[in-house]
Amino acid sequence: MNPSPGTTGLILNEPLLWERGRPGRRGASLPAADVPPSPLETELCGEGPDFPDLSEVDLVRHFTRLSTWNYGVDTGFYPLGSCTMKYNPKTHERQAALKGFAAAHPLLPAPLCQGALRLIWELENDLAAITGMDAVSLQPAAGAHGELAGMLVLHAHHAHQGRQRSKIVIPDTAHGTNPASAALCGYRPVAVASGPEGVLEPAAVEALMDEETAGIMVTNPNTLGLFETHIREIAAIVHAKGGLVYADGANLNAVMGIVDMAAIGVDVIHLNLHKTFSTPHGGGGPGSGPICVRRHLEPFLPVPRVVQDGDRFHLETDRPLSIGRMGSFHGHFGVMVKAYSYIRSMGAEGLRRASELAVLNANYVKENLKKDFHLAYDRPCMHECVFSDERQAPFKVTTLDMAKRLMDYGFHPPTIYFPLVVHGAIMIEPTETESKEDLDLFVAAMQAIAEEARTDPEKVRNAPHRTKVRRLDEVTAARKPCLIG
Amino acid sequence: MRYLPHTSQEIEEMLAVAGVNRLADLFATVPESCRRHSPMDLPAPLSEWALNERMDALAARTAVAPEAKVFLGAGSYDHFIPAAVDALAGRSEFLTAYTPYQPEISQGTLQAIYEYQTLACRLMGTEVATASHYDGATALAEALLMAIRKTERRRVAVSRLVHPHYRQVAATYLRPAGYEIVELPYRPDGTTDLSAVGREGDLAAVALQSPNFFGCIEDLAAGAAAARGAGAMLVTGFTEALAYGLLKNPASQGADIVAGEGQSLGLPRSFGGPGLGMLGTRQAHVRSLPGRLVGKTVDQEGRQGFVLTLATREQHIRRERATSNICTNNSHCALRAVMYMAAMGKTGFRELAALNHDKAAYLKQALAGAGHRIPFARPTFNEFVVDFGAGFEAIHRRLQDAGIVAGLPLAPDYPDLEGCYLLCATETAKRQDLDLLVKEVSQ
Amino acid sequence: MKEINELNLPEDLRYAEDHEWLRPSEGAARIGISDYAQDQLGDIVYVELPAVGRRLNKGEEFGTVESVKAVSSLYMPVGGEVAAVNGQLAEAPELVNTDPYGQGWMIEVKVTDPAEIEVLMDRPAYSKALGG
Repeated sequence: MNPSPGTTGLILNEPLLWERGRPGRRGASLPAADVPPSPLETELCGEGPDFPDLSEVDLVRHFTRLSTWNYGVDTGFYPLGSCTMKYNPKTHERQAALKGFAAAHPLLPAPLCQGALRLIWELENDLAAITGMDAVSLQPAAGAHGELAGMLVLHAHHAHQGRQRSKIVIPDTAHGTNPASAALCGYRPVAVASGPEGVLEPAAVEALMDEETAGIMVTNPNTLGLFETHIREIAAIVHAKGGLVYADGANLNAVMGIVDMAAIGVDVIHLNLHKTFSTPHGGGGPGSGPICVRRHLEPFLPVPRVVQDGDRFHLETDRPLSIGRMGSFHGHFGVMVKAYSYIRSMGAEGLRRASELAVLNANYVKENLKKDFHLAYDRPCMHECVFSDERQAPFKVTTLDMAKRLMDYGFHPPTIYFPLVVHGAIMIEPTETESKEDLDLFVAAMQAIAEEARTDPEKVRNAPHRTKVRRLDEVTAARKPCLIG
Repeated sequence: MRYLPHTSQEIEEMLAVAGVNRLADLFATVPESCRRHSPMDLPAPLSEWALNERMDALAARTAVAPEAKVFLGAGSYDHFIPAAVDALAGRSEFLTAYTPYQPEISQGTLQAIYEYQTLACRLMGTEVATASHYDGATALAEALLMAIRKTERRRVAVSRLVHPHYRQVAATYLRPAGYEIVELPYRPDGTTDLSAVGREGDLAAVALQSPNFFGCIEDLAAGAAAARGAGAMLVTGFTEALAYGLLKNPASQGADIVAGEGQSLGLPRSFGGPGLGMLGTRQAHVRSLPGRLVGKTVDQEGRQGFVLTLATREQHIRRERATSNICTNNSHCALRAVMYMAAMGKTGFRELAALNHDKAAYLKQALAGAGHRIPFARPTFNEFVVDFGAGFEAIHRRLQDAGIVAGLPLAPDYPDLEGCYLLCATETAKRQDLDLLVKEVSQ
Repeated sequence: MKEINELNLPEDLRYAEDHEWLRPSEGAARIGISDYAQDQLGDIVYVELPAVGRRLNKGEEFGTVESVKAVSSLYMPVGGEVAAVNGQLAEAPELVNTDPYGQGWMIEVKVTDPAEIEVLMDRPAYSKALGG
């Protein structure tokens, strides 16, 4: 067996930004003034912000050192469940940095930005082809923003039908963004429990669905990594009462080229370009959360819309039924360039193969770990699998402890304590870009930790031991918040 | 495909472990009726070099400097970005990390965002600032919702001189829940007419933008007095963060919540996004803030460290009662912003702001000297309105064909301003370009 | 976490199903959360309390209590008007953990209907409800 990637090395300290530098240093040059100075009225002027003065070397050392305290996908395996931390190809950065994209002003007259408009239009068409839906808007800035756009579409649809509704059905396995997005539209979330098999049961939905209910928000595959096998029947129940089916597409990576979202009865679905389509997560964003809809909902999509006219493109804002504008300009164009590059590099077969291998990797990890860890639902999984700390509990070792211990072995921990329906959940999503030997190393590390939980639980409870800092005092951070220096 | 490492032999071995014969068998739980029956209709895959060709061709069909002269601001500004910012932000330990939920291996992002929050506060004058929002428009909408929660009132007054897109986004966010937006008109000098604030009862917030959409610097202190008189919170927005290198910051003028766009702080315009939503307020309101916050603490050995904190406000814990639905934000944009602010420093940032003001003032004076009317007398920062008069549209279009964008026509959003254009000049505009513009529009 | 027999459950208090306690007295009744509740919640980082003068019915939410990763609602064990709130908790929420029946009290309520106090559990009943 190969040793795990985790080891120790020289970790450099680095003070806070303003503890570096000296007044009068500078880290950037300014162009020479070629116009006369024209002082602004003094009563309008302030002192200017008190930023530290650093040299370029100060700046570079500071942020380079900080970066070494981070763990990214480029560093190693990052099996965060429901986050799809796949490899982010380097060519994407080159494409987004092209001057014709990066330096483009968003309000350029249409004839001067045909390249950017065409890219948006083509990417919308690609996403429609991938999901099976009819129309797409790339305006939303992230997954939760896409959910909000989707909920607003439902809200606008019901308003247009002449009668607004007050509730929305959301499974107990849903991400917290689902109820929060629904609440922004004034919808009261009503929870529906998943059945003993870990999937929704039509009878449970039928019991809740009425003509006061705007629809259902369903994640498919769900956050247990299971395909919602009764989805068509559930969609029919919702539609029969005049409701709509909203799909959270966070887990699309499992089913590209396999499932037709329109065929399963979905009316609106949001996608996460920063998950499925391989754009980097950036330590918390920016993402991009396009929504895809069936034809009957297209009039409600956010403005502006990119419209094709012959071989020319322009933006249209005059859409009376639209939910309106979602952001300052046209969404996260810089992220769209990367997702477009990904789709064009992969093609239809490549994307389908990515989904197949993502599911293969998850099942491989699941089968290898179920001897040592309790598997919440022992069924064939899609792109992720959910274990728990049930077998480690007798040794008073928790999911959190094991997650921290994984860091010592050189891995990013999985998603923990989610979904809420599994007590002490350990949610593993390997993604397709991980090789068998890396999965084997991860499995070996997990098995070693299971063994440590039995033989040396104290070591696991005190992990991590090798990181820049050890466990942090989150209680004091929340009781006495110190948010600026 | 070079992103997929599996050999066919490995696939066989792994399928055996998974207990199935073929990859297709892994999807046995997907009912036949849910399946797609034809391949996805996508173009054939491109090699890396073919992709470069394709993207170069698309990018070439956009007008950018130096070939084009684009005098547009209106929420997106052309500023020079030092190479160090691109190089540092491009480090993949920052770029390819997830949200820092595991602080022990995310201290780089966490300390950097704490530093961003600090410098953002120094810029806006606020006591706290969030880790980031999507952009200026959504930050302003979130600020208005926050004021509605704090005051338990249902109406907000928004100046007509707030960026029209930002007002539209506020409407998108506020309308479905039944909140009302009233618009405040503007005065002949190009600032907001606050006289209606006192008459509008039950306001949660008064929202102004400074510099406003006409580029004019608002009297925020007067706005604060009017808001206080009405029992409302003053929410101030901005689209040009660099203006606060020169201007009194909004919190010192009495703003309760400050929400704006940080694109000018080291972010490429990128056809409008991603940008950086900045949002700050007083310490006393911190538990009502939407969005993530990073806080300083210590580890079990007493060493300084940073964590995401006050998470109970957020959707993953409070669900439908959260202060916002935001999850993924624009963290990497905030990272660029802190790098940029540090690269400029106090001295450089102020000089740069002064240079922006000088360039725009030069252009404004030259246009006035050439006989064009400047309709609003109020001082401006790096953009301003010019009245080119009726019939200028044809000249604007002719210049456009020559790669010169002579400002943004205001009539679509302000029908009373037919013939008026919003022009912007930053430090990147050379004097000869400004002179050329004056010559071309004055023929 | 504590075993049931390790819990401190004073004799002179009344307890609600949602784990609030109430100390009956002549003027306003004091309300807080039980040792069991604080132990389950873990380190408390913030307590949100109502404005003095607010009238709330039995069962209505009067505030929330937060740990690092959870928020729990606080419910009125009886109806009444809020006469006082424990301002000390703003600076020192940990008092709810260290002294739940003393310095960790939350609100004082002028009880509308004293009969509502009578139906609350006494110590043996609460202890039994907790499974002890």
